[in-house]
Order: sequence, then structure tokens, then C-alpha cells
Amino acid sequence: MGSIGSREVLELSVNGRSHELLVKPYATLLEILREDLRLTGTKHGCEAGECGTCVVLIDGVPQLSCLVLPGQIEGSEITTIEGVTNGSELHPVQQAFMDHGALQCGYCTPGMILSSVALLESNPVPSREEIKEALSGNLCRCTGYASIIEAVEDAGRFMA
Amino acid sequence: MTNVVNETSSDLRVVGKSLPRVDAVGKLKGLTAYTDDMELPNTLYCKLLRSHHPHARVLSIDTSAALAMEGVAAVITGDDLPIKYGIMPTSQDEHALENEKVRFVGDPVAAVAAVDEETALAACKLIKIEYEPLEAIESIEHALLPPSDEPIHDYAGPGNIHRMGALEFGDVDQGFENSSHIREDIFFYEGNTHLPMEQHSAIATFVGDKLTLWSSTQNPHYVHRALARVFDMPMGHIRVVAAPHGGGFGGKSDPFSHEMAVCKLAMVTGRPVKCTLTREEVFYVHRGRHPVLMWVRTGVSEDGKIMAMHFRTALDGGAYGSYGPASMLYTGALQTTTYNIPAYRFEGVRVFTNKAPCGPKRGHGTPQPRFALELHLDKIAQEIGLDPVELRRRNYVKPYTRTVNHLRITSCGIEEVTDRVIEASGFLNRKRRLGHGMGFAISSYMCGAGLPIYWNKLPHSECIIQVNRGGVSLYCGATDIGQGSDTVLATVAAEQLGLWPTDIRVVSGDTDLAPVDLGSYSSRVTFMAGNAALQAAREMRDILVDAVAEKMECSPQEVMVADGKVGELTFEEAATLAQEKVGVLSTRGSYAPPPNIGGRYKASGVGPSPAYSYSAAVADLDADPYSGEIQLNKVWIAHDIGRSINSLAVKGQVEGGVYMGLSEAMMEAQLYRHGLHKQPSMLDYKSFTFFEMPEVETFLVETVDLEGPYGAKEVGQGPLLPVIPAVASAVHDALDVWVDEVPITPDKIMRALDAKAKGREGRYGPKNFPKISYPSIVKVPPFDASSSPF
Ligand code: FES
Ligand code: FES
Repeated sequence: MGSIGSREVLELSVNGRSHELLVKPYATLLEILREDLRLTGTKHGCEAGECGTCVVLIDGVPQLSCLVLPGQIEGSEITTIEGVTNGSELHPVQQAFMDHGALQCGYCTPGMILSSVALLESNPVPSREEIKEALSGNLCRCTGYASIIEAVEDAGRFMA
Repeated sequence: MTNVVNETSSDLRVVGKSLPRVDAVGKLKGLTAYTDDMELPNTLYCKLLRSHHPHARVLSIDTSAALAMEGVAAVITGDDLPIKYGIMPTSQDEHALENEKVRFVGDPVAAVAAVDEETALAACKLIKIEYEPLEAIESIEHALLPPSDEPIHDYAGPGNIHRMGALEFGDVDQGFENSSHIREDIFFYEGNTHLPMEQHSAIATFVGDKLTLWSSTQNPHYVHRALARVFDMPMGHIRVVAAPHGGGFGGKSDPFSHEMAVCKLAMVTGRPVKCTLTREEVFYVHRGRHPVLMWVRTGVSEDGKIMAMHFRTALDGGAYGSYGPASMLYTGALQTTTYNIPAYRFEGVRVFTNKAPCGPKRGHGTPQPRFALELHLDKIAQEIGLDPVELRRRNYVKPYTRTVNHLRITSCGIEEVTDRVIEASGFLNRKRRLGHGMGFAISSYMCGAGLPIYWNKLPHSECIIQVNRGGVSLYCGATDIGQGSDTVLATVAAEQLGLWPTDIRVVSGDTDLAPVDLGSYSSRVTFMAGNAALQAAREMRDILVDAVAEKMECSPQEVMVADGKVGELTFEEAATLAQEKVGVLSTRGSYAPPPNIGGRYKASGVGPSPAYSYSAAVADLDADPYSGEIQLNKVWIAHDIGRSINSLAVKGQVEGGVYMGLSEAMMEAQLYRHGLHKQPSMLDYKSFTFFEMPEVETFLVETVDLEGPYGAKEVGQGPLLPVIPAVASAVHDALDVWVDEVPITPDKIMRALDAKAKGREGRYGPKNFPKISYPSIVKVPPFDASSSPF
């Protein structure tokens, strides 16, 4: 990472596209995505690692983007909700969320979907306990969680 | 999920079906722009400076250093926003920025607009404020004493009393005299907060003489009115848009300081100004569940019939009025919509304290008394040796009756919801063993408040439907806060027009584009805006059918409207035909509740609703007698929805309500120490995750209300209510101790078990109810059934 003045040069690959950005060294990945790249599908509910609405995939692993600094992600591939599918198709997880009513206000939804996608890619037929474990860092205030578990199970069956 | 479906639903094509929400795709793909996702060119960012004193006089504010800072465009204080506001006509007690006195930690004092948030925050730190601390009031008991310094507000009173009420219906003393058994109990319900995932956010622009505010608000209409007042501007010059919403639950129902501040700063700077609260600030903005202390005395006859009830409440209101006068009355209003109480006395008081202001949270003022009432009835049942379900059944209200406090009951599925959960859970045949318990409770909620928040005779909901070149747009001020109101309105219209809900473009929550709807509170939208949409859609259907009948030379009755067709024409062809015939295709609908649904006594405005939903719950849990830990196993919930407009959305609202009820029953609490909020973060403010949430089995009972749109009632708030007492009752079933205080936590259970082990009453909860000088009681004759059919 080079720097220009107080800013650092960051090479970042997001949803398959590489970007060269000038960022504050203390800017979080969340801020870089939302403010520099205007990818506002990634939400924020606390900016302190407590809610899970900011989850993105870093090299396929779900991470809280509000806790990630530029120095940690140089050369990594980031997937945000905008990159889950190409074009207007829905990813099987998105489709299952839609069919099961697993979203209401939708604010936790991008984070939930990314956590679910990561889980199902490594474990397409998770048990209920495994689903709860994988999603326990994502809070939802609307749904009561049950429909989300059903959606993840259903999407897993489709993806398997 | 089991559906108890009424026969007529087979005629309906889309109403009642389990269909995805109309706004699902945008939310799933991350395309929906919530307020903080919006970015206007040349925007400035606003931060509020908030008080760190719970109660203090503001002696001076010096903003010069902040103003001089590079990147700062403007700094405002209370001097710039001198006009007070508040959600209710009787509680106009807030300044957007306080310049005389601060009343809680978090009370805003100044606002900065700068090139970015960082600069705004740094500038806030340069603002010098001189305070003179005053005694901080932190409890109901403390607030009831004469203040040693000065009261928190200089209106209301005496002292820190905000509001009181005292009403009696029927002869309560006589009722107690005629009772064979009388019992008194005291309960406490701790305050808690909404915790929406989205932090409040607002953006304002001021162009020419027109002000526009985008905000994560539930009630754009009331914000519109408040802005007109604060800025002394005609409402016609102000536009409020409720942006897509990341959760409300009542927490985004008041007009807020940050909304006022961005508007003022936009006026001062001529640039768009945005303010997004931090999570910590969301805890200070609050307006959540009131802590309520309750005392209840009930007399029953030998066979368990309620003869008289006396209910007293004391609410900790926090620092401002907010919805408080209504909140206070709601703690006494809906006891009668579930049980036939022939003589009823209610006395309530709301006090001011130096804590974040309380307001409406899901169930507004009714979960607390519902918790108390249901547990109190359990205790009575136990004392007189009657099964708790049977005791309740003997007192259930009947459909099409009036309550003693004059509330009109129409459709009522209270028996059916009880049957569903009792049968499915096997409650009556449960095996008794130490550490395992089941609890049962019921409740009722309004389908919209019968009266608006401020007195006016306008409709509560209005809707316009426009058909243009085959496209259908529905305009309504209702606000989709995630509960699915856009989906409800689209479905109601689609049913009439033979289309799918996703064929209807809904324009909602915008005071310029859509006619007025009072807002998303009191579970009013399906019933009220739904009826307005139904009227507009029926009229549009008639216009299309008439045009097609004329062309086909048949009678309108012969023209079928279904599956995208009007008679033999496609919808688009029919629309073009009608447009050729009559010009602009635009229809209107509006809804106002019937005038005769409540009483005509002082304070009768709280409680009436055009219909009431009914819910019943059974909770099954294991409670560890050595640690007090609770493991929830399952909740059965049945809800009288009237009719589901979209059963997938209804199920989601039921499950979400159960979740929120369980989470507040067992862990949520907004606590303070020396005026400081103890846990203003999501880590410290505990709420349910995937792990704590048990299985929920939902039953929908469709009583098809005669006045609801397609018979629909409400689901947003009702299903939360019975869950909390059901958990408390199950804990008692498991361990034979009572926890008469919410949240029901392991330490409280252990203290109750300890007390029992030491030979005292096996109970944890408040021991005393303070002596309160309630006003003299207003005696209201019970509803006179001879004057009206019901
Ligand atoms: S914003 Fe809440 S965890 Fe990142
Ligand atoms: S859908 Fe609203 S927070 Fe999950």
C-alpha cells in the first residue's frame, strides 16, 4: 500500500471488478463500500461489530465490514449483496428468502443473505443448529428468525 | 401453519394467498435506497451535540470556535429554532435544540453542518456549553415527591407529574361487596426499546421557498404538521417523504430533533443536509416502552365471574411528553376488550424523569397491563381452585357487544383462538414436573385508533388509484415500515382489478404525491388505508367494466374481471377503451372510523377502534431450579386476523410479534444509573438472536370482520401481547414461584426461589405501590344497551 499525503492507495477487487482507491488509513471497509464505491446495499446498524447488517464476503468468508480496515484486505476479493448474482436473476438464497417471507423491512437482509450464501457454499445441507450458528451474528428485528431458517434450508436443497 | 379459512375466501384470487411482498426484489438485491443510502449532490453532514447531564440549566453556549473551523458550514442552537413542538396537542414541550435546560443525557443542544461527518463531530467538540446541574429524577417514586430544585417541566404538575386520569364505569364498590373472593397484586414492567436495525436518518433540501425532508419516519403526516409549526411555514410549502424504512415498531413515530435540525441547516446553508444517528443516539432518541408500576384488585363471584376491577398504574415517562397522555390512558383502556368487567375503575399517572423520553412501542401502553392482568387472573384461578383457562372463558367478551367503558366490540374470535392453542399444545393434559412449565394467556388489540392524534374531521386515510396506458398506480400516504402495508394496499387493489399485486405501483408515504394517511401506528393501516384503497379500486373496476360492457353490448354484471382481463379484453385494452371514453382514469377512496364506536366522556378518545383483534398463546419452557436459566421450547400462537390479506405476510408479522414479546419478556431492559443509560449498544442491550428463538406454531383464525377490507383486522401488534404473560405463567408452572416483573431473568427467578426456600412467599416483584393523589374519579354510567343495538 502506497500513500499520498494522509491517504493510502488501496487496490481492491469488489464483485469481480478491481478498483484503485485513495482512502483514509482508518476508513472501514463498510465506509469504503458505501461512500467511495456507492455500493449502499451493504447496510450499517451499529458500526461496532454488533448487528451483522454490514456482512460482506472477503474471499468467500463472511466478515463484518465495519470492523475491517484497508490494510487487512489488499488483494482480497470482496463480494457484496450487489455481486451475489449477475443481471436481474435472483440467487437461490434470494429466491428462497422471497418465497418464505424471510424479509420484512429488509434492512438485515443483505447481511443475512451473504452469511447464508457462505454457509451453503461450504455446507449445502446444514442442520438447523448449523444455520443458527452461522447466522447468530446477524440480528433481525422483524421476522422472528423462523422464516429465515426455512429459507436457508430450502435454498440449500436447491443448491445441493 | 394451520389456516382456519372462511368459505367465502374461495372466491378471492389474490387476497389471502401466500405471496411475496411487492417490494421484495429491491430489498433482496440491495437496491432499495433507505434514507442513509440516498446521496444528493453537494450534501452537508450534520451532527448533534447532546447533553451529558441528566438535568441541568444551560447558562451559555459558545459556538464561535466550531463555526471558525474549516469545513464547517453552519452551527445552530435553540435560538435558531425557538418554537416548541410535540406529537400531541397537549405535549408541545420539545425544542429541537434546548437552550434553556436539558432534561436527559442525550438531549440535543446544538447542531453542526459540515463537509463530512468527521468534521461535524470535531466541530461539536469545540462548542462550549456552561451548565448548572439540577437534581436528576430517576424513578417513579422519586418523581412523585415534591422536587427539591425545580420540576423537569414548567407545565403540567404538580411537581413532576405529567398527566393523571381517574375513571369509573359502573359501581365498583358495590361490585366488590358482591364478590365472594377479592385479590390484590402489584406488578412492574421495566422499560425497553424498539431497536430497529436501521438507525434514524434524515435529509433535507430547501429550494426556492420549498422544504423537502426525506426521513425514516413512520408518520410523515405528523412530521409534516410539526415542521409547519416549527418553521411557521404553510404545509403546502413542505414535503415529507417517508423513505424505505428499516424498522419502526413505534420508535419512529414522533417528530425528532435531527429532522428539525437538517431542515433548519438546509435553510441556512442552501445545501442538502443529512443526519444519520449513531446506534448510541438511537438509544437516546428512544420513545420506547414505558416502565410501569401496576396495582390491581379484582373481585370475583363464587363461580369465577369478575364482579369488579380496580386498576392503578404509574408510568415513568422519561423527559418529555411524547405520546404520554395516550400511553397513560392505554394502560387502562383495553382490559375490558377481552373480559366482561361489569364495574371498572382505572387510575393512572405518568411522571417525568430525567431519562430518555418514552413513547409508543408495539402494543403501546397495553403489554404492561396485559402482563399484570393475565398473571393476576392466574393467581385468582389458583386461589379459587379453578382452571386458569376456564376462569378466563367464563369472563370472555362476546362478539357484537359493548364494554363497560363503551368500546364497541364487533367480530371477536377470542373463543376460537383459545381453542386452537389449548388443543394444539395439549395444555390441559400437560404432565407436571419440576422445572417444566406451560403458560397460557390471551389479549386483544386495536385495528387503528378511533380518533386522530389532533382533533380534525378529515378522513383518516385517503387513496387515489390512477390507470394510465394500462399501468396502475396507487397513491396513499400510508408508510411501509417493513410491516408490508404497500403489499396490503397492492393486494386489495389487485383483487378488484383482476391483476397481481406486483402489477400495482404503490406510491406511499409522500405528503406531496399521495393523499393523507395518518401514519403507521396503532395497527391502523390494513383496516383504514385498506378500506380507502378498496373503495378507490372498486370505483376503478366499475369504470373499466362499464366501458367494456358498452363495447361488448352486454350488461356490466356479465363482464368478468380476473386474470389480467376485463371481459374479453386485456386489462391494457380495457384501460385504453375507458380512457378514450372518460379521459383521465382516476378514482378516490377514503376512510374514517364510524362515529359511535366509543364513549362520550373525558378521556374516551383512547381505546375506541373500528375493530379488535384477538390473540392467544401457550408457552412451553424448561426452567432450571438451580440457576434460574430458562430454555424456551415452543410457543403456540393463534390470532384472530379477521381475514389475511396476504397470509405469508401475516405469518411473518405474527412470528415477529412473538419474537419481540419473548425477547422483552426475558431480556430486554432500558436501564439507567446516575442518569446514564447503562447499555446504549447492541452488545449490552440484550435481545434475542437465532439461538434463543424457539419454534413457533401459528394459527390464523378468520372471523371476517364486517367493516374490515375483505374482513381483515390487524396483526402488527396484537400477537406480541399474550406472549409475555404466557412466559411468566409458564415459569410459575415450572417452579411454583411468581416473577411479577418483566423482564423475567434468572436472577429474579433465583430470588423468588430463595424467598420460597426461606419460608416466605415464592415471589419476586414490587412490594408496594406508592400512595398517589389521583384526581377525583369521573364516574361514567356503563354503556346503555337499550340506546343502541350494541
Ligand atoms: S454495522 Fe453492525 S456489525 Fe457492522
Ligand atoms: S427484516 Fe427487518 S431487521 Fe430483518
